[in-house]
Amino acid sequence: MSPILIRALIIMFALLIIASITIRVMSLRSPERDWIELRQRINTWWWIVIVFALAISTPRVISLTIFAIISFLALKEYLTLIPTRRTDHMPLLWAYIAIPIQYYWIGIEWYSMFLVFIPVYVFLFLPMRMVLIGNNKDFLHSASMLHWGVMTTVFAISHVAYLTVLPGKPETGPLLVIFLVVLTECNDIAQYLWGKSFGRIKVIPKVSPNKTLEGLVGGVMTTMFLAWLLGGILTPLSGWESVLVGLLIGITGFIGDVVMSAVKRDIGVKDSGKLLPGHGGILDRLDSLIYTAPLFFHILYYLHY
Amino acid sequence: MNRLLRLLFVVVIAYPVVLAWLGVSVANRKRLPTKGPGIIIANHNSHLDLLTLLTLFPLSKVHLVHPAAAADYFLKNRWVAWFATRVVGIIPVVRGGDPKQSDPLAGCVQALQEGKILVLFPEGTRGEPERLSEFKSGLWYLCQQFPEVPVTPVFMHGLGRAMGKGQWIPVPFFIDVYVDEPVYCRSDKSVFISDLKQRFESLQNNAQGR
Repeated sequence: MSPILIRALIIMFALLIIASITIRVMSLRSPERDWIELRQRINTWWWIVIVFALAISTPRVISLTIFAIISFLALKEYLTLIPTRRTDHMPLLWAYIAIPIQYYWIGIEWYSMFLVFIPVYVFLFLPMRMVLIGNNKDFLHSASMLHWGVMTTVFAISHVAYLTVLPGKPETGPLLVIFLVVLTECNDIAQYLWGKSFGRIKVIPKVSPNKTLEGLVGGVMTTMFLAWLLGGILTPLSGWESVLVGLLIGITGFIGDVVMSAVKRDIGVKDSGKLLPGHGGILDRLDSLIYTAPLFFHILYYLHY
Repeated sequence: MNRLLRLLFVVVIAYPVVLAWLGVSVANRKRLPTKGPGIIIANHNSHLDLLTLLTLFPLSKVHLVHPAAAADYFLKNRWVAWFATRVVGIIPVVRGGDPKQSDPLAGCVQALQEGKILVLFPEGTRGEPERLSEFKSGLWYLCQQFPEVPVTPVFMHGLGRAMGKGQWIPVPFFIDVYVDEPVYCRSDKSVFISDLKQRFESLQNNAQGR
């Protein structure tokens, strides 16, 4: 591991330790308040950061397997939420089979196949497999929902994994992943904090009543500043490119968040699952990344590869 | 030997399929009996139901857990019969036989006398996915003889969808398992059965209302 990657990982774990100690001290100071949820949240952050650290610092086979498992869990959570037809048993299995294949293309660095496999081949194949069963009822509905799941949980998320195999020095990929994921998460938190402190004007009250214009603008500005700060250290981006990428991550992170909120509202659930205690499901954590990952990947690829 | 085979079956098949491929969250696992004799009753939509129930118990208790299963289905050929009785540990129940000639529940009675944890599917068969069908009364006849044995209802949501009747490869879905408070046998058959039925229905509403 390169010294800069080690330093980045140390900083992440240090932040977690500080957070854990803070919660402990605060719960000792005011034991009358309920700290369970916050504590659960921090404990789950430990798991997330450990898995994340493993995903970017292990050899390629292990690293891509971890990313594939994340896609698997996300697709499973999505399919558990949505109504599926009993006759679609086999097409659903095929959707899962797309996961190892997609990550295999990444493993052998077949860039063009990685790009077209899901949006072209899987897209055309799944409806064909559904037609063979011959159930016309709700056909379009079922096909669209299945496509939506594979595109978001497999195709979009696999862009994070492709960052790790981009050509360059061995630490280039992991650092790019850190840049993307840290910025996406900080953007979520910053938008929440700005909105909580100064939020008045609601952006889309019907989908997400807590989202405000002040939160959005404050969050995006914070993310742009962070991108400018970290861009030079972690990525090949120049100063103004970093700021631009920060703007992109800020806005699309917001979009991913509210789009997944709309999905959950449509289905009528608050959380997408209960895999991550304190956070809800894995999709609740990945929602912004579904948008930021492909867009960050392609702007970076356009500018520097 | 049988005990080792069963342990292997749980670790090599049930754990990977149920815990890794599907993923299960259990509510109130502590209500499960920790020693025999005991009766677990569960809704039945899939062959995965039993695999899932086996994963709910600690490995040291797995050898105590025995499902009652249809003899006509599981004893129809030699290999399946060997696997079902030796590895899975089923207690065969003869369906539709003449009860005057032989007691179909004799095996279950013996298992409870030996202090085992008996798994019963009171719906009898797997039925439509995620739909409860009528409860058979065999359970009542059995627990009449064991009024002090706790009957623990377990409701499993999502397994019929993952692998229903006629399907052989499980599709991954997250599964929810709810364990209810144990009950004891009542002298009135219809009251006992309808009480249990009601418990399952409220567990099902719970599961679907999330």
